[in-house]
Amino acid sequence: MDLLLDGFQTALTPENLLFALIGVLLGTAVGVLPGIGPAMALALLLPVTYSVGVDSAIIMFAGIYYGGMYGGSTTSILLNTPGESSSVITAIEGNKMAKSGRAAQALATAAIGSFVAGTIGTVLLWVLVPRVADIVVTLGAPSYFAVMVLAFFAVTMVLGSSKLRGFISLFLGLGIALVGTATGQARLTFGNAQLADGIDVVVVAVGIFAIGEALWVAAHLRRKPLEIIPVGQPWMSRDDWKRSWKPWLRGTAFGFPFGAVPAGGAEVPTFLSYATEQKLSKHPEEFGKGAIEGVAGPEAANNASAAGTMLPLLTLGLPTTATATIMLLALQSYGIQPGPQLLTNEPALVWGLLASLVIANALLLVINLPMAPLWAKLLQIPRPQLYAGILFFATLGAYTANFAPFDLALLVALGLLGLAMRRFGLPVLPLIVGVILGPALELQLTTALQISDGDVSTLWGEPVAVAVYAVIGLMLVAMAVGAVRGRRTPAAPATPTENDETEELVNR
Amino acid sequence: MHRLLALLIALALTVLAAGCGVTRGADDPDNRRLRMFIPNSPGGGYDLTGRAAARAMQDNELTGRFEIRNIQGASGTVAMQRLLNEKGSDDLMMVMGLGVVGAVYTNKSEATPLKMTPIARLVEEQEGILVPAHSPFKTLADLVEAWKKDPGKVTVGGGSSPGGPDHLFPMQLADTVGVAPKDVRYIPYDGGGPLTTALLGEKIDVGMSGLGEFESQIEEGKLRVLAVSGDERLDGIDAPTLTEAGVDLIFTNWRGVLAPPDISDAQRTYLTDLLTEMHATKEWKEALADNGWSDNFATGQEFEDFLVEQDARVADTLKELGLA
Repeated sequence: MDLLLDGFQTALTPENLLFALIGVLLGTAVGVLPGIGPAMALALLLPVTYSVGVDSAIIMFAGIYYGGMYGGSTTSILLNTPGESSSVITAIEGNKMAKSGRAAQALATAAIGSFVAGTIGTVLLWVLVPRVADIVVTLGAPSYFAVMVLAFFAVTMVLGSSKLRGFISLFLGLGIALVGTATGQARLTFGNAQLADGIDVVVVAVGIFAIGEALWVAAHLRRKPLEIIPVGQPWMSRDDWKRSWKPWLRGTAFGFPFGAVPAGGAEVPTFLSYATEQKLSKHPEEFGKGAIEGVAGPEAANNASAAGTMLPLLTLGLPTTATATIMLLALQSYGIQPGPQLLTNEPALVWGLLASLVIANALLLVINLPMAPLWAKLLQIPRPQLYAGILFFATLGAYTANFAPFDLALLVALGLLGLAMRRFGLPVLPLIVGVILGPALELQLTTALQISDGDVSTLWGEPVAVAVYAVIGLMLVAMAVGAVRGRRTPAAPATPTENDETEELVNR
Repeated sequence: MHRLLALLIALALTVLAAGCGVTRGADDPDNRRLRMFIPNSPGGGYDLTGRAAARAMQDNELTGRFEIRNIQGASGTVAMQRLLNEKGSDDLMMVMGLGVVGAVYTNKSEATPLKMTPIARLVEEQEGILVPAHSPFKTLADLVEAWKKDPGKVTVGGGSSPGGPDHLFPMQLADTVGVAPKDVRYIPYDGGGPLTTALLGEKIDVGMSGLGEFESQIEEGKLRVLAVSGDERLDGIDAPTLTEAGVDLIFTNWRGVLAPPDISDAQRTYLTDLLTEMHATKEWKEALADNGWSDNFATGQEFEDFLVEQDARVADTLKELGLA
C-alpha cells in the first residue's frame, strides 16, 4: 500500500501529470484517426525516450495506449468508421444510436464504461502483478483454438434474423481472411506481393462500414427525403445508467483475462461481450437498432483488455500486443528489462506506472464526457457534407494503416461490396467477425497441429481447452432445450420482430 | 531543458501524425533531402537500425534531413519492388538484411538484392539456441544427438516466418549436423514475445532467435542458451559458439543498406562515404551498444561479395525445402 502511495506521488508531480495529459490527448487523437493506431504513435515517439526520464516516458505511453483505446470508439459511434479493430463492434450499435439522436448517450456510456473497466482492470493489476507468476504461459495453442471456437460459436447467435444471410456474410469474411501467406505458402494473392500479408482488417472495416454506407446514402440521397437526426437528450438518463452498469462489469470480466493471456487480444472479448449482452438484454429487439448495452459492454471489454496487457508485460516481460512490444522497447532503451525481477528492481517505476494508469483513465473521462454532446452535434452537419467528411477520414485512415496506395484500391472494392451487402440485406457484422477471427483460428490450429505432428487429440489435451469445450456443449444443450420449448409455445413473439428486422436491413 | 525539448518533439510529432509536414527549399545543398525505405513496421529491427543510422547522420550534420518511409508487406518484398522501380533515383537508400533476402525467394519476387546497388553492411546479431530450464538438452551435443535420432521428435520454434533468419538458421544448422532440413519440424511464431511464451510453457523443445528479447528470462535461469551462432562468444551469455561446441557453422542475422539499381558511380561513392562517416560517429557507437548489435561494417567489393554469397546460401536452403 505504501508502495502504491509512492506510486501516486511519482505520477502526480506536475511534470508527470503533464506527460499523462499529453499522452491522453495524443492517444485520443490517434484513436480518432482511423488507421493510425497507438502502436504506430508510440513507435514514432520512441526517440522521445532518449531525452526524458523513464517514468515520464512510460506514463505518457500508458496515456497514449488508453487514449487510443477510447478515441477509437468516437469515430465508430459518430461516423461508423472504426479506428481500430477492437472498436469495430462499437460501431454496430453505437452508430445506430447516433442516428436515432442518441449519440451523446452512446459516447457517454463508452466513456464511463472505459473508465470503469480501465479502473477495475488497473486495480486487478495492483492485486495481481505482485502475485501472478507463470500461469499465463501454460496456455498453449489448443486452449486458444478452443477459445476461438467459442467466439465463433457465440457470434453465430448474432448472425441476425436471417441465418442464411448471416452465414453468407460470415463466409464472405472468412473468404477475405484466406488471402495471405499461410505456413510459408502464398494463398489467393494472385502473385501480388501487396497481398502477401493478407488484407488489413482496418481497411476491411472502413471499406465495408464507412465507404459502403456513404455509397448507399449517396445512392438514395435524391430519392429519399432527408431524415433529420433528432437532437435528443445530452446526458444519459436513469434508464441508460440502469442498462449500462451491468454490461460495463461483464465487459470488464471478458476483457481483462483476454488482455492478460499472451494470445488473447482485444477483439475476441468485444465479440463475446456483444453476444452475451444480446442474450441477457431485456430489450433484445433493440439490438441492431442501437441498444446501449451493445456499446457499453464491448467498450468496457476493450479497455479492460488494454489494462490486462500490462500484466504479462510487467511480470514476465512478455508483450502481447504491438503496442506493448513498443513499450517494452522503450523500457529496454533505458536499460530496464521487464520480467519477474522488475518489481524488485524498479518498484518506483512499476507503481508509478500503475498509479498513472488510473490517472490517465480519470483524465480521459474528464476530457471526454463534457465533449460528448459537442461531438454529437457533428451529426447535424447536412448529409452531403457529412458523408464527404466521412469519405475523407475513411480514405485517410485506410491509407495510413500501411501507407500503400494499393490499399485505396482495395478500399474502393470493399466499399462496393459493402454497398452490395446493404442492397441485398446482408448484415455486415458477421463478415468483420470472419475477417478477424478466421486467421486467428487458423493460426492456433496450425500451430497446435504442427507441434503435435498432426495428432488431432492435442486439441483437447489442455485443461483449459476441455473446460471451454464443456461450456460450448452446455450452450448447445441450452439452445436445443430453448428451441424445443419455443416450439411448444404457440404465437412466439419472435415473428413480428423478425419482420421488422428484415425490413430494417433492406431499408438501411 | 531536455524535457522541454522532448515536449516540443512530442508536439511536433503530433502535428506530423496529423499529416502535415513542412518542406524546405531543396536547392540548398545543406537542405539536401535523402529518402530511406524501411521494409517493416515502426519498432521492428530494420526500423530501429535505419532510424538510428539516420539520427547519427542528422545529428552530426553529415547530410540534410531524412525522409523515412516504412513500406510494409511480404517481409520486405514490397519495399524491394519499390526500390527496383526507383531505378536510377539518386536520393534513396533502403535498409535490408538476411530476412529480406529470404523473403524475396519465398515470395518469388523479381526484385532480388543482387539487382540493387550495394552500399554497406551495418550490423549483425547472433542467433541463440534456447531451451526451457528443465529441458533434457544440457548441451548442444545432446540436442544434435536427439535430433539425428528422430528429427520429427524435436519441435523447433522461431520468431520469423519461413525464409526469415530464425527459420534459415535451424535449417542450415540441421544441414550441417546431418539432419535433412526437410525433416526439421519448424513452428513459426509472430516474433520474440509469442516465442518466449511457447518456450516458458514448454510447448516446444527448442527456440532459435536473436537473444535481445530473452535477456531477462536467461538472466533468471528460466531459459538456457545451448550455443550462439557467431564466431565469438556473446558478452554476458554463458554459452559456447557453434564452432566451440563442435559444429562447423557460423550464422549471423545481418542488416545493411542498398540503393536502387543503375545509380551513378558518383552517387554510389557519396552514399558509401556518408555511411562510412556515420559509422565513425559517437551516436552510432551508442546505438550499437544500446541495442546489443555487433558492428560488422563493410562496403564496396567486400559487401558485394558477401551479398552474392548470402544470396546463394539462402537460395540453396530454400530450394531444398521447396520454398523457392
